[in-house]
Amino acid sequence: MNKKINKPNEEDFNNPYEFGFETEIESVFAPKGLNEDVIRFISDKKEEPKWLLDWRLDSYKRWLKMKEPNWSSLRYPKIDYQDTYYFSAPKETEKLKSLDEVDPKLIETYNKLGIPLKEQEWLAGVAVDAVFDSVSLGTTFKEKLKEDGVIFCSFSEAVKEHPEIIKKYLGTVVPNSDNFFATLNSAVFSDGSFVYIPPGVTCPMELSTYFRINAAGTGQFERTLLIADEDSYVSYLEGCTAPMRDEHQLHAAVVELVALKGAEIKYSTVQNWYPGDENGKGGVYNFVTKRGDCRGDNSKISWTQVETGSAITWKYPSCVLKGDNSSGEFHSIAISNNYQQVDSGTKMLHLGKNTKSRIISKGVSSGSSSNTYRGQVNIHPKSENSRNFTQCDSLLLTGNCSATTIPYVESKNKTSTIEHEATSSKISEDQLFYCLQRGLDEEEAIALIVNGFCKEVLQKLPMEFAVEAQKLLEISLEGSVG
Amino acid sequence: MSGNLLEINDLHVNAGEKEILKGLNLSIPFNEIHAIMGPNGSGKSVLSNVLSGNEDYKVTSGQIIFKNENIIELKPNEISNLGLFMAFQYPVEIPGVTLMNFLKTIHEANRKANGLEKLGPSDFLKYVREKAAILGINDEVLKRQLNVGFSGGEKKRNETLQLLVLDPVLTILDETDSGLDVDALDIVSDGIVGMKNEENSFLVVTHYKKLLDKLRPSKIHILVDGRIVESGGPDLAEKIENNGFESFN
Repeated sequence: MNKKINKPNEEDFNNPYEFGFETEIESVFAPKGLNEDVIRFISDKKEEPKWLLDWRLDSYKRWLKMKEPNWSSLRYPKIDYQDTYYFSAPKETEKLKSLDEVDPKLIETYNKLGIPLKEQEWLAGVAVDAVFDSVSLGTTFKEKLKEDGVIFCSFSEAVKEHPEIIKKYLGTVVPNSDNFFATLNSAVFSDGSFVYIPPGVTCPMELSTYFRINAAGTGQFERTLLIADEDSYVSYLEGCTAPMRDEHQLHAAVVELVALKGAEIKYSTVQNWYPGDENGKGGVYNFVTKRGDCRGDNSKISWTQVETGSAITWKYPSCVLKGDNSSGEFHSIAISNNYQQVDSGTKMLHLGKNTKSRIISKGVSSGSSSNTYRGQVNIHPKSENSRNFTQCDSLLLTGNCSATTIPYVESKNKTSTIEHEATSSKISEDQLFYCLQRGLDEEEAIALIVNGFCKEVLQKLPMEFAVEAQKLLEISLEGSVG
Repeated sequence: MSGNLLEINDLHVNAGEKEILKGLNLSIPFNEIHAIMGPNGSGKSVLSNVLSGNEDYKVTSGQIIFKNENIIELKPNEISNLGLFMAFQYPVEIPGVTLMNFLKTIHEANRKANGLEKLGPSDFLKYVREKAAILGINDEVLKRQLNVGFSGGEKKRNETLQLLVLDPVLTILDETDSGLDVDALDIVSDGIVGMKNEENSFLVVTHYKKLLDKLRPSKIHILVDGRIVESGGPDLAEKIENNGFESFN
């Protein structure tokens, strides 16, 4: 596996945010701001069918009537939705036949990120779809996947090639009336990934998407739809980075997962959007709606996330446990440093009988950051013999940061059980001194202790990415001791 | 090397406002085992911690010369990487970090600080297994989380393993014998005696004579109320065993 982070040049090397470079490339923008014409422009650029344009316009109408939610613990200046570009595409990518036609500068960008796009450089195991600003650049290994009937392509391509599947599933997990940010996404989503695993197929490799915001003042609104048909299995990973910018960039993504009878989806995220500088200037506003639907009996969805980036994180990957005996898992590491604000957690809705959910959340706060776990567990009256286990651990590294755990728990069935455990701790002076006495400096000691604290979750990541995630934890906490 | 490995001159140390060490002098040449004995509250543990650079204690005057360098201003990790190791009286737990991972991390840090390349994974594993075998530690123990759920004796054994892996020039054993049963005491002391050579020395801090019978120190120092009040040969331990520390007050 070749997921190592390359060190591009001296300048980047000395920079605490390693992915803060910008690629100079000519782009095509939709006019700034949001109105029906912009939505038509996006839909037109993507040569979409009318039903999809109508769906976008319907979403837009709903969005106009909605209010930005204010129930989270996040505090940020009012976002001017008319001051953002809703579509930006690298100019020459409009008609690409193969990866060889991709602008070498883009390939260089991905190489800097450690993503070998060219298939000949590809060692093994992972197929990548790379989304640069709003356009998908090409999916590696498509042919090989095709042999097993697996469809893995950009969302736009899926709209053209597999409209019947898109039409059947789009908006069935996260409807276009769901919430302010998801509805905005439904109106303006630009691209994203699409995955379909046919019945009985175990996807032969890890599927992976890399998202990158490049153009200034651009929002990114990608949409991912993943369907695991009966008795299939897939493991999927997404990674995200953005250049360093003084202004805030908006990111509002939607991910919909559907697991049919006996299917299993493992969805992992390593989120490293630019977090802003040490004074809280700049950084990505990350408002994401991710939901998985365990639609069939005996299905399983597990979310694993490592959240180290973004100035603001608003994200609650959830599971709707409809099928009997279905199970949902949420494993999360959320690191916040400097002035980052995290409000993240999960929702587990138990509808079917004998459903199980498990939540392991590890929050690490440093600097002047705030880190909130917000989780909801809901057991429906008809959900017999269902079980939830929740464990939320917070680790504080400095005196200025905060960690909060807000669980909402509701059980309407007496045969079901909910367990919740929460701990909050500081790194002890004794632990630090012990590590220092063995020759580690303070940052190495903290990295070691934090990695130990997060281990339960790191173990859930695909092996190759666990190593990358560990390194990311260390980078994110740099400068957290004075 | 010539001269003393460690030389402490007129060391005064405060814990908060209170003076704990009140003009302590001590020299340890190479290739010797020295012991410090003293009653509770005499400053034994404070001495171990100050030598290791623990910032909870403030050196108000005096010198600590280790390998010809005054280490009073150095950070704990800098002192460690010069080759000073302290086996803790109460080793801490670090959840989620396996003993093996911890050994690898500290070994690499130590080599890096001394300008050496880290060992490859298989060489390192072989190296650790060799040292672990001396102490009767098996692979299962190496996979366990550092000190989590270990008994007092097992923790001390882990400390000794770290000691053998880092192979320092000066080792301070801070009450390493407390919590050890007789068998474990044999294993640990055999391990320590086995690593003694012309380029290293040991300072054993203890209440009891048991460990000293095994390690056979060349010199014993009696610490009472922040000062070394008497230094002598192994017979001094005998005297304390029979009469206690009363006679030194």
